[in-house]
Amino acid sequence: MAADIWTALFIALLAIFVGYEVISRVPVLLHTPLMSGSNFIHGIVLVGGIVALGLATNTAEEAIGFIAVVMGAMNVTGGYVVTERILAMFDRSKPKEGSKPKGGGP
Amino acid sequence: MSAYVSDAINAIYVVAVLVFILGLKAMSSPVTARRGIRYAGVAMLIAVAVTFFSPGLSNFLLIIAGVAIGGLAGWYWARVVKMTAMPQMVAMFNGMGGGAAAAIAAVELLSTLGNQVTSSLSVAGAIIGSISIAGSMIAFLKLQGWMPSKAIVLPARQFVNTGVLVVGVASGVLLLWTGSFFWMLPFFVLLLLYGILLTLPIGGADMPVVIALFNALTGVAVALDGFALVNGPLGDAGYAMVIAGTLVGASGSLLTLLMAKAMNRSVGNVFFSAFGATEETGVTMAGSMKPIEASDVAAMMEYANQLIIVPGYGMAVAQAQGKVKELAELLESKGVPVKFAIHPVAGRMPGHMNVLLAEAGIDYSKLFDRDEINAEFPNTDVALVIGANDVVNPAAHRQGSPLFGMPILDVEGAKNVIVIKRGQGKGFAGVENDLFYRDNCHMLYGDAQAAVGKLVAALKQS
Repeated sequence: MAADIWTALFIALLAIFVGYEVISRVPVLLHTPLMSGSNFIHGIVLVGGIVALGLATNTAEEAIGFIAVVMGAMNVTGGYVVTERILAMFDRSKPKEGSKPKGGGP
Repeated sequence: MSAYVSDAINAIYVVAVLVFILGLKAMSSPVTARRGIRYAGVAMLIAVAVTFFSPGLSNFLLIIAGVAIGGLAGWYWARVVKMTAMPQMVAMFNGMGGGAAAAIAAVELLSTLGNQVTSSLSVAGAIIGSISIAGSMIAFLKLQGWMPSKAIVLPARQFVNTGVLVVGVASGVLLLWTGSFFWMLPFFVLLLLYGILLTLPIGGADMPVVIALFNALTGVAVALDGFALVNGPLGDAGYAMVIAGTLVGASGSLLTLLMAKAMNRSVGNVFFSAFGATEETGVTMAGSMKPIEASDVAAMMEYANQLIIVPGYGMAVAQAQGKVKELAELLESKGVPVKFAIHPVAGRMPGHMNVLLAEAGIDYSKLFDRDEINAEFPNTDVALVIGANDVVNPAAHRQGSPLFGMPILDVEGAKNVIVIKRGQGKGFAGVENDLFYRDNCHMLYGDAQAAVGKLVAALKQS
């Protein structure tokens, strides 16, 4: 039974390095989307909330589990929309009126 | 039957995690970033959807109601809010994640308090999740302006804060030890209180570090909840949470360190020093602040070889980015090249200035990092500082200054420096800005939007 936790620990260790490597060279330009995007990704907490509420057996567990689901769902959708809106402004394929895209950038 | 369902759900979690990693990876280039978040969005949707089919689940009505209420609220709020309110939105939704993690830990504690291993992990998740939601909410209130954004320093702060943390954590330990639910209430209340006390003494300009750190903390809390869940009947969801949470914890920590480094301060200093609450005294400036008229600045800019604009929080407050774009376009039509110098911690969240300028439609090929542009100031006729203060303060080069060692934008090297500023006050750090007293520096007083508007009007007349 504790074996599962050891497995999870191995996975977490690798995930630390993946997280570090994946974003270690992000330009300043993308700091906000990166933060907001990772904000969205920890919205996976909603899955945990669904499991906690789905397995709840008494009123107290149900009430707190319900709070977890509501907050987790807010995290997911809010995090997604904020990131999407920020990135939409960096999108060059659809320039806003008046801005003329120039070559030469990344 | 249910074994197949579990395998299918597992397979989907694996794919979702893979897409999360690729999505984060795509965040390292502006060309691929939008695709990355969309893929991650689809993966999240599928991961959440298949969780409903987990064997043994009940309370479906409650779950669906919760997802609908929270999902719609988050979606609607994030849609209608103005782009300028993005920093507080990031803080808010991050806090929701931390709160969800704390709540899940509470449910786990209620249901599995007999199991020491699982419960210890839940207690750890609850500690970090509670600090994250309470701190994020204070950050939200400060950024939203519903609370003064300056450092709020309570008496005996360090003593009280440490006491609250120690007693809170001790309640958690007693909860594990005694197995009595009595300790749950003081445990959660004290840790939420600690999150509040921790964030109160942090001023507005340090928010980039704070938001990045709470983001990382929520990731860690989610991962700890995942650890607690892998032992349970539906452990597969736990693994997905461990990976996604750890990813965010690692990348968020890295971003936090980057932000702190951009101010040459440690993360500990940001959180515990109540920076900016006291003003530097005893430093006398040689020279004076010299005001200048918009028409003179316009003439100066019109004949400049190049203009470098340095935006700061003042531009965000005045929402002057649209006017700034107008100014830049007008000058470029007159043959004056315009560049933007972006300091990593200008504004209230990491990359804040980039977002504002992008909103105005300024092409990001004109935005330059500190390292790229510092060498250009000496060859530039005019540097225009719009509502930035500490990030251009040469006091950073002066021994003994609170800002000493902070990497700054060396605008003083430009032939002429124009500073748009509302008044003669000091910056967030409470340090006199040497720059304003330099011979080549002139002050254009006024709200950023009005001042840039005057410049545009003056340029149009000439």
